[in-house]
Amino acid sequence: MGQALDVHRLHFAFTITFHYIFPQLTMGLALLLVYLKTKALRTGDEHYNRAARFWGRIFGINFAVGVITGIPMEFQFGTNWAAFSRAAGGVIGQTLAMEGVFSFFLESSFLGLFLFGEKKLGRIGHWLSAFLVFLGSWLSGYFIVATDAWMQHPTGYRLGANGAIELASFWDLLLNKWALWQYAHTMLGAVQTGCFVMAAVGAFYLLTKRDEIYSRTFVKAGVLVGAIAALLQLFPTGDMQGKLVANHQPVTLAAMEGLFESQRGAPLAILGQPDVEKRKLDNPLEIPNMLSFLTYRQWRADVKGLSEFPENEWPDQIPLLYYSYHVMVGLGTIFIAVMVVAALLLWRGTLYDSRWMLWTLMLCVPLPYIANTAGWMTAELGRQPWLIHGLMRTAQGISPRVAAGNAWFTLIGFMGLYTVVGILWLFLFYREIELGPEPGAHPRGEDAAVLAAD
Amino acid sequence: MGTIWFCLVAFMIAVYVLLDGFDLGAGAIHLWVAKTDEERRQVLASIGPVWDGNEVWLIAAGGTMYFAFPALYASGFSGFYLPLMIVLWLLIVRGASIEFRNHIKSAVWDPLWDFLFCASSLLLAVFFGAALGNVVRGVPLDASGYFFEPLWTNFRLGEETGILDWYTILVGVLGLLALAMHGALWVQMKTSGAVSSRARKLAGQAWWGVLAFTALVTAVTFRVQPQVKENFTTWPGGFVFPLLAVAGIAGVVFELRRCDERKAFLASCAYLTGMLTSVVFGVYPMVLPARNAVYSLTVRTAKAGDYGLKIGLVWWIIGMILAAGYSTYVYRSFAGKVTVDKDSRGYGN
Ligand code: HDD
Ligand code: HEM
Ligand code: HEM
Repeated sequence: MGQALDVHRLHFAFTITFHYIFPQLTMGLALLLVYLKTKALRTGDEHYNRAARFWGRIFGINFAVGVITGIPMEFQFGTNWAAFSRAAGGVIGQTLAMEGVFSFFLESSFLGLFLFGEKKLGRIGHWLSAFLVFLGSWLSGYFIVATDAWMQHPTGYRLGANGAIELASFWDLLLNKWALWQYAHTMLGAVQTGCFVMAAVGAFYLLTKRDEIYSRTFVKAGVLVGAIAALLQLFPTGDMQGKLVANHQPVTLAAMEGLFESQRGAPLAILGQPDVEKRKLDNPLEIPNMLSFLTYRQWRADVKGLSEFPENEWPDQIPLLYYSYHVMVGLGTIFIAVMVVAALLLWRGTLYDSRWMLWTLMLCVPLPYIANTAGWMTAELGRQPWLIHGLMRTAQGISPRVAAGNAWFTLIGFMGLYTVVGILWLFLFYREIELGPEPGAHPRGEDAAVLAAD
Repeated sequence: MGTIWFCLVAFMIAVYVLLDGFDLGAGAIHLWVAKTDEERRQVLASIGPVWDGNEVWLIAAGGTMYFAFPALYASGFSGFYLPLMIVLWLLIVRGASIEFRNHIKSAVWDPLWDFLFCASSLLLAVFFGAALGNVVRGVPLDASGYFFEPLWTNFRLGEETGILDWYTILVGVLGLLALAMHGALWVQMKTSGAVSSRARKLAGQAWWGVLAFTALVTAVTFRVQPQVKENFTTWPGGFVFPLLAVAGIAGVVFELRRCDERKAFLASCAYLTGMLTSVVFGVYPMVLPARNAVYSLTVRTAKAGDYGLKIGLVWWIIGMILAAGYSTYVYRSFAGKVTVDKDSRGYGN
């Protein structure tokens, strides 16, 4: 069975990681679209409306890919994780079904109106449709995060007949404290992706000297909102997530930090490579006592190392977990630096002329995607070997009748299909940026003429 | 509680078939009813703003089945692993072909997506029909509560069944014909000019096929799945469902003759509803019949804990009222025949 287990895990990991590339931008941009529409409403300045239409087109492409990659996710619980679904469906099915019923209907209905109904809806109506798209996508984020949070920290359940896990308290499931903090942190990550993308497009236009007014709007919106999100990402949300992990999943914390032995006054490793065989961190660069302080707010507090726990409770991919966590935190620190410096330049009025900062903003685009992916890998690898923490092991959750060969077949199929979808997405995305917010201003043959008629 | 949720899940699946059915059908026929780029964009525009919302019914129905009948979701989805994955791939291709087509105008780009849109819609209609056939025929569940079906074995209805055998293929063909008719009726209602009249003609032709296959499939179903006969003999009141289907199919020709486009489409809705409810009525209380009847999953053995189901009823009703509200609003704001200007990129902005 060992082999089938690995393929099912890879199957899920690959498809979800790919899916999450899209919703993070959807959720981040949804907020920024509301920002642009609000500006348009309050200042009456038409260029904000055109900017919103431009980002709406990009949003539409991104959303479409999010939808087509999201549908397989929903089904995979049944196809690849049947034993898990059978046991826990009565609980996590609640939040998943609510996601469909409350958020996807809202999102899909109003996105259509937002994109095609501007003339019919009027100014206020169009603002409202943007707001409802935002609400729908953020609600969807909540339900899915609550589902994941329940797997990290199950609450509100009881064990029923023949191993079924039944819902015992709806509100404990929905208002799981883990879910609330995880949601706040995840949404901030999504907002950062949105901000970096918007700022980067603005910086690209400034550096190539086109679409001046728009580029300033984009850079400004991206930097202002992004600076706030970057700070909140670290504190209080990231900090609080760390504390939850320390309290409820102490093995995970030790593995994330590469701490093999328990220590009073544990150091925080900035660099270093964990060697699981020899149980030590190679080439460590550490800040003494820092880990104890961050987790318990006491310089000399005791932090438990991996050796305190039986090996069959260790996460099975310690190096990967360790790097994911360090990549996320490292990038988080860089984002704070970049966004705060950019915000200072904005305040001093020199941002639009400082080429090095614009270059930095433009080149940072891939980083929030990497940070978000690394963050999820931290959470999901850290949960191992549990599928539902403390209740069900990952190895017990897979579909008993789906052989490794069949899972490989579909995994390879998804890889091929997603490669094509990914390339198309990048291509269409880049084209929209090329065409710019004022179609017709940059004639490029027939296409531009076609667009101008919109 | 179990029976209530059985009806609610069946209701959501029926809504899915009625709504996504017309956009699948429209996709399946559009290469034939629309020839020029402008005509193709008319077809796309007729489903563009609503297809994603229609597909959400599939997701929401899946999610609802997941929490109300976890055991059904688990064994059904893992047992139908391969066909479901193929359905997912087709849904991906189809979504991409609707959304990507209108972003670029080129002599290679458009025809490629048009072809993929048609092919994926067509295959999906067949697969959905075959899936229904599998559920009615029963699957090789055993004492563990799981099964796994290969795509095909020897095309017979033995113990070792495959997804495709003569019976499920028949149902698959019926699925395609019925959705093609449904889609054609939608297109003739939402478009004008040549597209509309070609669609009307096609609907009339498909009608004959639907009629023939409905009769054939109904006849063999009584032999393939004994429970159906038993249910109809025990509760003869259940005959209202097949009667609805008959009335629906009669209504389609009648209204087509009278050229009432809306009523013809509604009659086709009635036909589909009648067919689906007949099936649901026929297999109850089983949710997934097994080839060996003792292992069948029933409403009682597959359902989740009662507390969760009760709570679910509260939010489900609220959610459905909201969803019905948005859908009505969206359909009303896109009411009437679609128009595409020659130059704009039409739907898909
Ligand atoms: C742009 C994205 C981003 C950035 C810059 C950060 N994070 Fe993060 N982090 C996420 C995006 C993210 C995430 C993708 O949203 C995760 C994955 C699952 C979750 O709950 O949120 C996450 C999870 C996550 C976890 C939970 C791991 C688990 O559940 O096992 C912790 C402890 C932190 N983060 C801590 C931090 C700290 C201290 C940061 C310092 C700046 C930080 N994150 C930056
Ligand atoms: C978008 C963000 C997410 C990413 C990038 C992500 C990533 C991963 C990865 C890398 C794995 C493989 C871990 C391993 O097998 O070693 C995994 C497993 C899994 N995740 Fe997530 N995950 C995400 C969100 C979610 C959510 C929201 C849920 C629940 C609703 C979830 C449920 C699962 C399940 C059921 C598995 C399979 C069992 C397991 O291996 O633990 N994931 N995910
Ligand atoms: C196992 C986990 C997941 C499942 C089952 C899942 C399921 C889905 C489905 C079915 C869709 C398409 C909806 C439609 O047709 O309109 C979708 C899109 C979406 N998902 Fe996921 N998803 C998962 C992970 C996530 C995560 C972790 C997030 C965010 C935190 C997220 C946020 C969204 C959003 C905002 C959309 C809207 C479309 C888009 O943004 O591109 N999903 N998801």
